[in-house]
Amino acid sequence: MEWDWQFVIESLPTLWQGVVVTIQATALGSVLALTVGLFLAIMCRSPNWFISQCSKWFIEFVRGTPLLVQLYFLFYILPDVGILLSPLVAGVIGLGLHYGTYTAEVYRAGIDNIPKGQWEAAKAVNLTKSQTWKEIIIPQAIPPMIPALANYIIAMFKETPLLSAITVLELMNQARSLSNFHYRYLEPMTMVGVFFLLISIPSVIFLRRLEQRYARPHH
Amino acid sequence: MAQPIIDIQSITKRFGDLTVLDNLSFQVQPGEKLALIGPSGSGKTTILRILMTLETLTSGHILIEGEQLWHMEKGGELVDADEAHLHKMREKIGMVFQHFNLFPHKTVLENITLAPRLTLGVPAREAEQRAMELLDMVGLADKKDDKPASLSGGQKQRVAIARALALEPKIMLFDEVTSALDPELVDEVLSVMRQLGEETDMTMLLVTHEMGFARDFADRVLFFDHGHIIESGPPEQIFTNPEEERTQSFLRKVLSAGKRKAEKQAAVL
Repeated sequence: MEWDWQFVIESLPTLWQGVVVTIQATALGSVLALTVGLFLAIMCRSPNWFISQCSKWFIEFVRGTPLLVQLYFLFYILPDVGILLSPLVAGVIGLGLHYGTYTAEVYRAGIDNIPKGQWEAAKAVNLTKSQTWKEIIIPQAIPPMIPALANYIIAMFKETPLLSAITVLELMNQARSLSNFHYRYLEPMTMVGVFFLLISIPSVIFLRRLEQRYARPHH
Repeated sequence: MAQPIIDIQSITKRFGDLTVLDNLSFQVQPGEKLALIGPSGSGKTTILRILMTLETLTSGHILIEGEQLWHMEKGGELVDADEAHLHKMREKIGMVFQHFNLFPHKTVLENITLAPRLTLGVPAREAEQRAMELLDMVGLADKKDDKPASLSGGQKQRVAIARALALEPKIMLFDEVTSALDPELVDEVLSVMRQLGEETDMTMLLVTHEMGFARDFADRVLFFDHGHIIESGPPEQIFTNPEEERTQSFLRKVLSAGKRKAEKQAAVL
């Protein structure tokens, strides 16, 4: 088994296409996960019993099943009931919902950490519920959560190869088709690993910085 | 007598099995300064929290300027108030808390202007002007751009008073506003309150352990124990000549504790 530089160079354009899709899926998935999580966390606190219970069960259900199974449902089974999603859209929804249930937990903890006195002061100055969330609770709750949220985004990024199972042409899928075509696995798989390392290591350093910066925002 | 600004009609508050307020009634006249005193757990803070709608009622009614606070009329019947009704009623009432509860992510000025802008629709410039007048009054105009974390306890509490005043409530509730302060910072807060009492005709209810201040400041004192009003009257009467045994023993305890504290401080100095 010998390393073939010529093959590496020839593979680069194809792999690059995969890189772009991987980054797209991570970016879109993150936006969805961060939004879904926030709404789930707020819904879990709803005084309406039905809404809060439904959100809690939804979270348990999504966390209790593997992401791969969810992706198969979204892409291969939803078309049976008339919902047709492109591979990337199905993948982004899968990642966003799955990780949304994890970010919901981060938001929940962050919101619970806001002292009761802040809610009471907001009421005493007669802010409405939505003004209280927007002006008082969320701006205070978010900064301390940033490291934990970033952590989930990095985890999500490393799970994007699962999308190859639903035919998304992300990096792993491109590498696999190159390998299958040329019967060489060493170079493509190594390059996939190297790419994830190249992104993951700076991300971890970045995360440490975030942790230092946001550990105690107002002190 | 004129219509009372606050009319509390046989209210009861229970937390589980614990009865905090037991079929309590009293009235407050417009402009009256009322001090609520009594041992901790006697229910006096709960009254303020119910008036601010932070705590619900178990039973009874409260009228603010003749209007139901916790109830509203619907189809000729009195039903529990909805959020819109509570929102409207809260306009009349402001509160200052023991632990200040300033918004730590906003500057001093923003703490004061936020609510007038959002709830009363006051334009930003006007809200800032008014906030600066209030900061002048509490002696903190130079702190307007600071975050609350950089202020002393006494300064925080003065900002909190300005924040409540910015909404121009008719009724102000002061819940043990000096209890969390270092002794040397108590006076700066009390003097702001004294000034307010002299310069405005706001109705003020204060729950306090500062007996000296209650005596100077209040028009009337209510002594609470176990969710009942044991005794009420002008401060001279309550403090010098209490009729009830429970009032006497409570005052003996707090006054001698206060004396000990003062002696200790004097000894340190």
